[in-house]
Amino acid sequence: MTREMTGAKMVVQALKDQGVEVIFGYPGGAVLPIYDEIFLQNDIRHILVRHEQAAVHAAEGYARSTGKPGVALVTSGPGATNAVTGLTDALMDSIPIIVLTGQVPTFMIGTDAFQEADTIGITRPCTKHNWLVKETDKLSQTIHEAFHVATSGRPGPVVIDIPKDVQFATGRYADRAHHVSRYQPRKKGDPDAIMVLVKMMETAKKPIFYTGGGVINSGPAASELLRELVDATGFPITSTLMGLGAYPASGKHWLGMLGMHGLYEANMSMHDCDLMINIGARFDDRITGRIDAFSPRSRKAHIDIDPSSINKVIRVDVGIVGDVAHVLQDLLDVWKSRGRVTDRKGLSGWWDEIAEWKKIDCLKFKNSGKTIKPQHAVQRLEALTKGRDRYITTEVGQHQMWAAQYLNFEDPNRWMTSGGLGTMGYGFPASVGVQLAHPDALVINVAGEASWLMNMQELGTVAQYRLPVKQFILNNERLGMVRQWQELLHGERYSQSWSEALPDFVKLAEAFGIKGIICKDPADLDDAIMEMINHPGPVVFDCLVEKHENCFPMIPSGKPHNEMLLGEADTQGVIGSQGAVLV
Amino acid sequence: MSALNIKKGSTSHSAYNLRDTHSDKIERHTLAVVVENEPGVLARVIGLFSGRGYNIESLTVAEIDHEGHRSRITIVTSGTPHVIDQIEAQLGRIVPVHEVHDLTAAGSAVERELALFKVGGKGDARVEALRLADIFRANVVDSTLESFVFEITGTSDKIDAFAELMRPLGLIDVARTGVAALSRGAYK
Repeated sequence: MTREMTGAKMVVQALKDQGVEVIFGYPGGAVLPIYDEIFLQNDIRHILVRHEQAAVHAAEGYARSTGKPGVALVTSGPGATNAVTGLTDALMDSIPIIVLTGQVPTFMIGTDAFQEADTIGITRPCTKHNWLVKETDKLSQTIHEAFHVATSGRPGPVVIDIPKDVQFATGRYADRAHHVSRYQPRKKGDPDAIMVLVKMMETAKKPIFYTGGGVINSGPAASELLRELVDATGFPITSTLMGLGAYPASGKHWLGMLGMHGLYEANMSMHDCDLMINIGARFDDRITGRIDAFSPRSRKAHIDIDPSSINKVIRVDVGIVGDVAHVLQDLLDVWKSRGRVTDRKGLSGWWDEIAEWKKIDCLKFKNSGKTIKPQHAVQRLEALTKGRDRYITTEVGQHQMWAAQYLNFEDPNRWMTSGGLGTMGYGFPASVGVQLAHPDALVINVAGEASWLMNMQELGTVAQYRLPVKQFILNNERLGMVRQWQELLHGERYSQSWSEALPDFVKLAEAFGIKGIICKDPADLDDAIMEMINHPGPVVFDCLVEKHENCFPMIPSGKPHNEMLLGEADTQGVIGSQGAVLV
Repeated sequence: MSALNIKKGSTSHSAYNLRDTHSDKIERHTLAVVVENEPGVLARVIGLFSGRGYNIESLTVAEIDHEGHRSRITIVTSGTPHVIDQIEAQLGRIVPVHEVHDLTAAGSAVERELALFKVGGKGDARVEALRLADIFRANVVDSTLESFVFEITGTSDKIDAFAELMRPLGLIDVARTGVAALSRGAYK
C-alpha cells in the first residue's frame, strides 16, 4: 500500500514505524516543516536540547542504555556541524544513532546559501553511512535503510540530510514492512575457526577472556552467553572500559577492567596468559600499551563482527567474524558437545598466580580525614547506590577512570562513557538521554568540573523536562588528567590545566531552579550523597576533592602491561621520550 | 590443511591467506572494488585511503552496469601485506561497496592502461617519434605539421617506457587513464 504525503510528514511517519518514542533536537530554518509535523502529533516526544552536540550525545545515552537506536534532529549548517563531535563519538564507540539534518533546498545547494554546509561531505568520515535525499519519493525508504544500517553489523551513526523543498514536496510513502536491504553483514562465525578456538580452550593453561563493547552491542543474549561460558569454563575475565557490565563485577571470575588505568591483576593476566580470547573488543591502544611487548607468550583469538578489526593492530591466531551472541552460542555448543574439557590443573595454578597479583590491592589509596579523596567519593557513591536501579554516565578524564575502577556494574547497558573519542562534555547530555529512556531510574553523571562545563547549558533541558539526573562533579579545580600527564611527562609545568574562574555550582544550579549541593568535608559526604539520591529532581553536586590526586594504577605510555605504576612511587622519568609522543 | 595448522595472522583457511602477512616488504597490489553507483561513493573510497594513510598509485572508475547501478573502481596501491589486508577489509565495510577483489593476491591479472601523448617537433625528431610509436603499437589519433597525438594501451610499465622515449623528442603533454584490470580465467 502506498500513501501520498509530504516529506516532512514522511519523516515523522517513518520514525513512528521504526518504533521511535523520543527524539532529541533543536529547530532551525531548514527543518521547520518537520517541526511543524512534530507539533501536530503526540506519539513521538521531542526533547529540546540547548546545543546540537548535546542532542547527539543524548541520543547516544538513550541508545547505549536501551540497545535501541537513538535519534536526533538538527537544522542545516551550524546545526549539522555542531553534531559532528557526537557523530564521531558514536562512530568510535559503535553506537547506533540516526541524525536527521535539514539542508537548504535542492536548487540552492552549492550556492553558499544561508546556513548551507556540505553536511554529507563533512560527516562522511564520521558516520557509518550518510544520505542526501533529493527526491521525496525516496525519503521514507532512505530512513528505513538508515535504521537498518545503523543497527546492523557493527552499529554506528548515520546521517540523513533532507533539503527543505524535499520536506515540503509530496511523495509516496513506503512502509517499513516492505523494506529490503542489500546490507546484510554476516552474523554466524566460521565453524572451523570456532572449532580451532574450542581446541585451544581445551588445552590452555593460562587462558583469559578479554571482552569489550561488542558484547554489549550484541544485546542481552550475548551477556547471558558470556556469563554462562565464563562460569562453565572457569576462565578469568577482564573487560575494556566499553564492556563493563557484560560480566557482573560480583562474578567470581571477574578480574576488573584492564588497560592503561586497569587493574594490576587484569593487566598482568593479559601479559602472562597463554590463550587470549578477545570477544568484541578491538585491541585499542589504551588496552595494548606497547604493541611489541603485548602479551608475548599467548595465542590469541578474536571474535568481532567487523572483519577490519581482526589483525588491525594485533595479529591473532584465530579470527572469527560474527556477532558475539551467535559465535558464543556456537562456541558453547561445540565445547559442551566435546565434553566440557579444560585443563583443570593448569587453570588452578593460573588462579593461584592471579591471587598473588590480587594481593597487591592495586586500587588502595591513602584516604584523608581532611579532604575528600576522589576515589573515596566514588567508593561512597558505589556503596550508597548499590542495588538500586542505577545508570552511570561519565565525562572524560581522571573521574572517568575512578568511576570505572570503583563502581561495580552487574548488568550491561548501565554504564555510558565516551571510550574511543574521549569526548569531554559527553556525560551530562548522555545522562539526559538515559533518564528519558528510564524515567524512574537513578541516573548519575560522574563528572569532572572542566568536562561538565563543556555542556552545562543542558541544565536548561534538565530543568524544562524535570529530569532527575544527578550531576556528581568531582571538582579538583584542575584538568586532572592533563595535570597528571604534565606532572609525569612535562616537568610539572602545569600549562593551562587549572580551572580558573569556576562558577559557584550551587548558585549556577539554583539559577536554573535546580537543587545544588556542595560538599568538602569527608565527614559530610555520605549525608550529602544521600541528600542527592533522595531529592526527587535534578541535582548538581559539587564535590570538592583533593586537587593533586593522580589516577593509579597506570601503564605509562610506551610501556608493556607488566610495567605498571602502582601509586605514589616516584614517577619521575618513567616515561621515555618514545612514550612521550604517544597520547 | 588441518584446522589447527592455521598460519599465524590468517583469518580463514583459504589459500588466499597463506602468504606471509608478517612481511615488512612493500608490495604493489591491484584492487577491484565494485560499488553501488551512487553520489559520493568515490569520495568514500578515496576518503578511506587519505584518512587512514594508505597509498593510491592509480585509480580508475567508471560505470560497468547501468541497469544494476554498478561501478568498478580499480585501485593500484602499495603497502606491507598487513596493510593490504587492512585496506581490503576497510573497503569491504563501506556500505555501498559490493565486492572487493585483490587481483594481485588472487594470482596474475590482466592489467591495461590507456594513454594519450602529445609530441611536438619537426624533422628527424618527428620521424623518430613516429617510428618509435610504431614499435610500441601506438596509434596516431591527431596530427598537425608540428605535432602528433599518440594513443597507446598497455601495462603501466610499457607506458612509462614510451614516455621516457618521447620526452627528449618533444613531449608536450600526457594523459593517462590509470589501470583497468581483470583476473584471468573463467571466474571473478
